[in-house]
Amino acid sequence: MIVPLDHVITISMILFTIGVFGVLFRRNAFTIFMSIELMLNAVNLALVGFSRYYQSVDGQVFVFLVMTLAAAEVAVGLAIIVALYRNRQTVNIDEINLMKN
Amino acid sequence: MFLSILFYIIAFVAVGSAIFVVLNRNAVYSAVALVLCFFCLAILYLLLEAYFLAVLEIFIYAGAIMVLFLFAIMLLNLGKEKALPKVMHLQRGLSALLIIVFCFGIYLFYVQGSGDQHQPMEAFSGGGVYALGEALFSKFLLPFEIASLLLLAGLIGTVYLAKRDI
Repeated sequence: MIVPLDHVITISMILFTIGVFGVLFRRNAFTIFMSIELMLNAVNLALVGFSRYYQSVDGQVFVFLVMTLAAAEVAVGLAIIVALYRNRQTVNIDEINLMKN
Repeated sequence: MFLSILFYIIAFVAVGSAIFVVLNRNAVYSAVALVLCFFCLAILYLLLEAYFLAVLEIFIYAGAIMVLFLFAIMLLNLGKEKALPKVMHLQRGLSALLIIVFCFGIYLFYVQGSGDQHQPMEAFSGGGVYALGEALFSKFLLPFEIASLLLLAGLIGTVYLAKRDI
């Protein structure tokens, strides 16, 4: 292992925080979705680091499963966004308040 | 030594492109920056000796998922995102507070983390296709099957959402 585990986890935490920032502050549904992908990847990096540190393949299997989940999630999520755009002509999440009150 | 420096440079590029993703108002530029971020992460996986996952990262994320993203963004032909209105002070304040808590957590971890500088030097053979496949089809067979079921559910849901007017 070429760098200490702490540094890998720190990079992962920074990426995760950037993803949380994107989810909380952006209003474009696409950008929010991309931020979620960023958070999933941050967790993947941490899992790969732990897998290398403990000399075990289990962490990499988890990364494999997270990638599967991300693929399914993106397909369904983008379909929802496109359907939303067809009905409301916007992907701005501030203007999508059908269930408010 | 050279590989360590390469690791930090690539990590820096990954963080920079991630910041670009969340700060840019144009969704297409964000998507392209995210592709760069995924390539950097693939190189980090290579340096951490997860070879199969590095290839999968490029195939699945940079290839399939981001092409789907770019396709949907260009299909809807969106302009630039408008600036935030002034009415959401409470939400933005709470969000900023959460971000500050996260940054403080990173700071605490980095300053007084485990302090463990131990780096296992033995060669790691678990990053190839053989070891990963063996684990997937023996110890993790049930999660593997459930993942395939999840993909099927995603497929059916997408077809349903695309088919009729909801």
